[in-house]
Amino acid sequence: MARALVFVTLKKSVFDPQGKTIHDALRSLGYAQVSEVRQGKFFEVSLDGLSPEQARATVEEIAGRVLSNPVIESYRIELEA
Amino acid sequence: MNKATIGVVTFPGSNSDHDAYHVVKHVCGQDARFVWHKDDDLSGLDAVIVPGGFSYGDYLRTGAIARFSPVMRAVAEFAKKGGPVLGICNGFQILQEAGLLPGAMLRNRAVKFASLPVHVRVENDATVATAGIPRGTVLTMPIAHGEGNFYCEPEELHRLEGEGRVVFRYCTRAGEVTEEANVNGSLASIAGICNASGNVVALMPHPERASEPELGSTDGRRVMEALIRSAVPALA
Repeated sequence: MARALVFVTLKKSVFDPQGKTIHDALRSLGYAQVSEVRQGKFFEVSLDGLSPEQARATVEEIAGRVLSNPVIESYRIELEA
Repeated sequence: MNKATIGVVTFPGSNSDHDAYHVVKHVCGQDARFVWHKDDDLSGLDAVIVPGGFSYGDYLRTGAIARFSPVMRAVAEFAKKGGPVLGICNGFQILQEAGLLPGAMLRNRAVKFASLPVHVRVENDATVATAGIPRGTVLTMPIAHGEGNFYCEPEELHRLEGEGRVVFRYCTRAGEVTEEANVNGSLASIAGICNASGNVVALMPHPERASEPELGSTDGRRVMEALIRSAVPALA
């Protein structure tokens, strides 16, 4: 079984209202050193019966086609053996 | 006299489909037909409405799953042939995910679900949803969304503005486009856009919830009637 970790975040150029709100909250809690917060989504995807190459290709496809919207988001994949 | 037959797509989680059906059929006196998301047969329809709601729960991302529905392939085909398509709220998000309209919706600037009447100014009167409504007209309709903060890349915005494809902008009651009136933080106060040929239009406000006096505004009926006139030009 292969397991992939997929991190989906808003592109750097895209304003992140949730991240901004969390940042404001942290500052009001006294964490004055926090200069920015960007939030995103995290997926653990388990796959059966695929070679590591096939698993990577499948997760790439899923991440680009379904888990993220290329207009506003980018993704990063970590594959665990 | 012929009536228009308007299809209203229903996804699991749609909640404005019945409102749209009701307005088409009982307020505007046309024929309406629900189209289940697994159907891909739009034959006999003069226009299609992709209504508001929370398709598939919007758990992953608004409209992300709905765009893979069989009906959306049919809607894309229908649009390609020039058929009038109106997306409302979640329908807007679905049409974006499906690539029929550009851009995407971010969380509202204030990170709150916004449910209130808003004013929008008609910017383009040559689309299937605004034909016959003069540019500059201010319409009052409710919004109900958490992700309506329109975003696209600067080049895309430039194209939209250059081609006159911004159809509605949030504005004050007097029709001024201001930051305060930009209820969700949308880029360029965009509340609605269209495709290059103007036959696919979508907006975040709900015209179908502002089509009867009991609901506080009948401005939305003008949008619904524009769609009907575009669907069957003989009715105009």
